Amino acid sequence: MEKIDVVIVGAGLAGLSCAHVLARHGVQVVVVERGDFPGSKNVTGGRLYLLPVKNMASDMLDGAPFERKVVRERWSLLGSGRSVSLDHTAERFKEEDHSYTVLRARLDRWLSERLMVRGVFVIPKYRVDDLLWEGGAVAGIKAGPEEIPAHVVVACDGVLSFMAQKAGLRPAMSPKSFAVGMKEVLELSEEKINDRFNVESGEGAAHLFVGDVTKGMFGGGFLYTNKDSISIGVVAGVNALMQKSPAVDAPMLLEMFKERYEMRRILEGSKIVEYSAHVIPEAGYDGVGKLCGNGILLAGDAAGLALNMGVTVRGMEFAIASGMIAGETIIQARESGDFSESALSGYARRLQETFVMKDLEAAKNMPGYLENESFFSYYPETFPGLLEKMMWFDENPKGPLGKTLWDGLKSSGMLSMKRLLELYRIRKI
Amino acid sequence: MKIDEKLAIDAFKTDKESHIIINHDICRTRCTKRYCLTVCPGHLYTFNEEENAIVVEYAGCLECGTCMIACIEGAIDWAYPKGDFGVQYRYG
Repeated sequence: MEKIDVVIVGAGLAGLSCAHVLARHGVQVVVVERGDFPGSKNVTGGRLYLLPVKNMASDMLDGAPFERKVVRERWSLLGSGRSVSLDHTAERFKEEDHSYTVLRARLDRWLSERLMVRGVFVIPKYRVDDLLWEGGAVAGIKAGPEEIPAHVVVACDGVLSFMAQKAGLRPAMSPKSFAVGMKEVLELSEEKINDRFNVESGEGAAHLFVGDVTKGMFGGGFLYTNKDSISIGVVAGVNALMQKSPAVDAPMLLEMFKERYEMRRILEGSKIVEYSAHVIPEAGYDGVGKLCGNGILLAGDAAGLALNMGVTVRGMEFAIASGMIAGETIIQARESGDFSESALSGYARRLQETFVMKDLEAAKNMPGYLENESFFSYYPETFPGLLEKMMWFDENPKGPLGKTLWDGLKSSGMLSMKRLLELYRIRKI
Repeated sequence: MKIDEKLAIDAFKTDKESHIIINHDICRTRCTKRYCLTVCPGHLYTFNEEENAIVVEYAGCLECGTCMIACIEGAIDWAYPKGDFGVQYRYG
């Protein structure tokens, strides 16, 4: 069978962005997708930061079905029975196309339909079983009895990337390098969302939670407002779940989170319309391994391109950018007809020059820092506890406020050498 | 809300064959922790005392892969469901 130019495994944001670039340059491309339609196997928190990819994507996302523009950022430290929150907004968030909440079954499907009009073949319900090989180079894909021979395969098959594994580009998956996210989509009217989150129509909030939401384990809670629904979930480190003693049933974390006093009124009257789960790469820069081999490139989550920065999490814009750069790399390699590893190695170099690897590298120490359980138990218990002391008034004399705070800081160990060193180390992340 | 009620809201297309194969010999001889019982977001793994075997309700699988990663003994042989099967997210 004659070879086509490129076959892309996975019609997520990485795969579709790659196809978009290739099709624009007249390259023959087929995208295979195991779901009923693109997006039907995808899960995000989630929010897409648009500015990093705005120039690169040019018109690709014009008219995309985004849910709400995020104009309000919230973070909460959840202790047991108390909490403290920060609420941030800025005019700039409203004025610019900064970040949007999205639902993947809508966004990816829309993008695939847009690309199909432009001549990209997207084959749904197609699970790839294996790679085809030819003299040590990947030469296409295999699904049951069917084969699609191709000059290049782009593996955009997500965090579990069986293609990367089969190509020998990925070592065994260590529980330390991954977290599991569990999420519910809760239907709630647009007006109620506007009121409860103090936003206008079209505008939304992103809220991250840390502490009791994971019972002190690595991870946290999230809440994103969609147009007329809320995405709420919990992320927990796979290794943290395994080491937790006594063990906690993972799905119970989300149930307990929703039951909290801080959440109850926000969620009241909402109706669950979906429950989903997905694994998330958490190893950051050090988790990115080889990005290409002979006849194969990896993009998006399959390449480990995701970043937990503590205050926010990123992945989709990395998928879009890496998919596009993979496409550009292939276009260049095609000129010489050489798709060997060395001919494709410009991919890693180009990624290094963009925000993708630059941002990952800048946050290189984040995964190590976040291994410290202090962030998930000590601080989320201590800070709300200190505030509670300050804000509590009864028949006993209160004493000077500053002294209450100082005594609280001292007795909670906030001024210990260990905590001060932790604070000092922040400059490195 | 109970986990099986939550899963009942999702759209699944169930294959006759399971996409998750458990190697019971490994479970019985090497595994002492049984992480699969607690890490699964669908709470699909149970231990059947009578048969001395781990059982998985693969039909409710959300296809996250957590069990495969957490099963460090390698008893879980996990593949994506065949095309046209498994969970179909409508929101994602």
